[in-house]
Amino acid sequence: MSSKQTVNPKLETQNSKPDRHPMDELLREDRLPHIWCSGCGIGVALTCFIKALQKCGLDLDKVVVVSGIGCTGRVAGYVNLDSFHTTHGRAIPFATGLKLANPELKVVVFSGDGDLIAIGGNHLIHAARRNVNMTVICVNNFNYGMTGGQVGPTTPPGAITSTSPYGCFEHPFNLPYLAAASGAVYVARWTTLHVRRLEKSILEALHKRGFSFVEIISPCPTLYGRWNKQRTGLAQMQYYHDQGVIRHGLDPKEADIGLHGEIIEGVFVHIEKPTFLDFCSDALAKSVG
Amino acid sequence: MNGEGVLTGEFFMMGDVACAEGAISAGCRFFAGYPITPATETAERMAERMPQIGGTYVQMEDELASMITVLGASWGGVKAMTATSGPGFSLMMENLGWGIMTETPCVLVNVQRGGPSTGLPTLVGQGDMMQARWGSHGPYEIIALAPSSPQELFDLTIRAFNLSEKYRTPVLVMTDAEVGHMTEKVVIPPPEEIETFPRRKPTVPPHEYLPYKADDDLVPPMANAGEGYRFHITGLTHDERGYPVIDAETQDKLITRLVEKIRKNKDDIIQLEENGLEDAEVVLCSYGISARTALWPVELARREGIKVGTLRLITVWPFPEERIRQLAGRVRAFVVPEINYGQIALEVERCASGQAEVTLVGHAGGDIHEPERVLEAIRRAVR
Ligand SMILES: Cc1ncc(C[n+]2csc(CCOP(=O)(O)OP(=O)(O)O)c2C)c(N)n1
Ligand code: SF4
Ligand SMILES: [Mg+2]
Repeated sequence: MSSKQTVNPKLETQNSKPDRHPMDELLREDRLPHIWCSGCGIGVALTCFIKALQKCGLDLDKVVVVSGIGCTGRVAGYVNLDSFHTTHGRAIPFATGLKLANPELKVVVFSGDGDLIAIGGNHLIHAARRNVNMTVICVNNFNYGMTGGQVGPTTPPGAITSTSPYGCFEHPFNLPYLAAASGAVYVARWTTLHVRRLEKSILEALHKRGFSFVEIISPCPTLYGRWNKQRTGLAQMQYYHDQGVIRHGLDPKEADIGLHGEIIEGVFVHIEKPTFLDFCSDALAKSVG
Repeated sequence: MNGEGVLTGEFFMMGDVACAEGAISAGCRFFAGYPITPATETAERMAERMPQIGGTYVQMEDELASMITVLGASWGGVKAMTATSGPGFSLMMENLGWGIMTETPCVLVNVQRGGPSTGLPTLVGQGDMMQARWGSHGPYEIIALAPSSPQELFDLTIRAFNLSEKYRTPVLVMTDAEVGHMTEKVVIPPPEEIETFPRRKPTVPPHEYLPYKADDDLVPPMANAGEGYRFHITGLTHDERGYPVIDAETQDKLITRLVEKIRKNKDDIIQLEENGLEDAEVVLCSYGISARTALWPVELARREGIKVGTLRLITVWPFPEERIRQLAGRVRAFVVPEINYGQIALEVERCASGQAEVTLVGHAGGDIHEPERVLEAIRRAVR
């Protein structure tokens, strides 16, 4: 491989190609095309994230993206920022290490429902409890996409997946409720249909001090949709259109999602409280000097 | 390296605490862990000391988190460590593999207790030596050091940090409950006498930086997050750009380099302590607490006229294959006491490959060897 294939197209080609896509600056062009299926919602989620980054005014050299493993976990590999593709479930504690080691960083975790809520669920609730400064973006496609569409902790009861052939027998987590109860200072949910609101929420989350959480309900037509009467990305978007209901400030306890049922969206939590690092510096100033 | 935080002086200090002080002297400024006997005292010392010197202590929700948090902190640009024991060590294995694959410097201390499972929380074991070698999945090389005293726990923790930066890999300090909980004289030298190895930083501008393009010694320089290099790091098989490439050719190139960067530098990494091997007929080969408790039976055997020498493995992994091979050509036997049912003894046997007999003096754990058993094994070796 020639060293010409550099990792930072931004620095080399800025202003030199007038036909570049406005988002190319923040994407690793040399890694495209991406692996996602047509109709998949992860690309939409990423687009909203990139747009929010372009507007956020943060020093992008200090913005770090951390993903776990899954289709969504591949996001880290496409953003032209410092980015880490960690182990399954461990994006949040990795991000905790980064942030506490270098508080100047803005750390964003971008991963899937299986990664963040099943195998990584314990880390999610504890990072929210500690109120570590980070933004967590969770793409919820109601199943494990990467491994072929298995049942997961957000699969609605009754939904068919490759490992729930008779319908899901379990109660799902309501993610905004979980994040809020765990201590997150910013909690929102949007579908990939509501892109402007989603982008605005990501922007708010990026600017929030403390643990912010944005759930993105997203189509996986290849697997989840195919088995649950929403065979295309478009069919899933139609569902979000028909059943999406915006209720800002609602008690997230009320935001359960049933099979083909209403999807309540909005910003549910937007509060202030001291972060882990605030506590550290206050307490230490007093006791250690 | 500035000497801030180095607690120069002579102390009566517990091994676990000496470990924490060694880390601090090496420049460690981040500890993430989860309480577990007999490693807890290291965490407690770090919780007290880190804030005093601008470092961070964070108690995680489990050891899965502890290990990956340490890796995150290392990419944040800080020397970082964790300390645990058997059950926690098991939980750290997957993320240890991520550290090896992504070449992330850090130190993992295992104060071994009796296992398997919860086993003997407060009592000694040395049953994790093969787990240290092979505990994470896939082919790899690892560096593991085995201290025999609190002083050495101090010294080798410093060395572990230096090796981890020099070779860009997690380094294991495989101590045990006896050494960790032993209180003894520990001398902490003045900072200017403590050698520390700084991170190997890239010398090229960001647009020329390839995160996995290695220097001549097979180790690539490392940019930290937030320095403007805009790199991508993955535990997937990757090329020099750090981009995932899922094929056998890339795997071969990467894994060969990861393995070779340790194998080719093994003379620098391997440290042994030898005594009386010149005319030895029997080699008492051991490590950690078992090397120390073997000193008395070796002395008794010598008084009986048996020509026995000692080979103490300060570095256990990579294994000192060549030295064992050389010795096997001219001695009658190796006697290997260890607090397990045969782990390092298997390695000695492999390297001796039939040229000399190898006797394991095994122990299920919970106590050190009775001198008589080791002495009897030495006697039998020359019979
Ligand atoms: C420890 C471990 N267990 C299992 C896997 C296999 N695995 C890879 S991705 C994945 C699920 C991903 O689901 P989700 O986070 O929802 O991401 P999606 O693919 O749906 O975006 C699993 C189980 C793994 N990589 N590591
Ligand atoms: S399997 Fe599903 S989640 Fe994965 S890329 Fe395809 S549509 Fe997206
Ligand atoms: Mg999913």
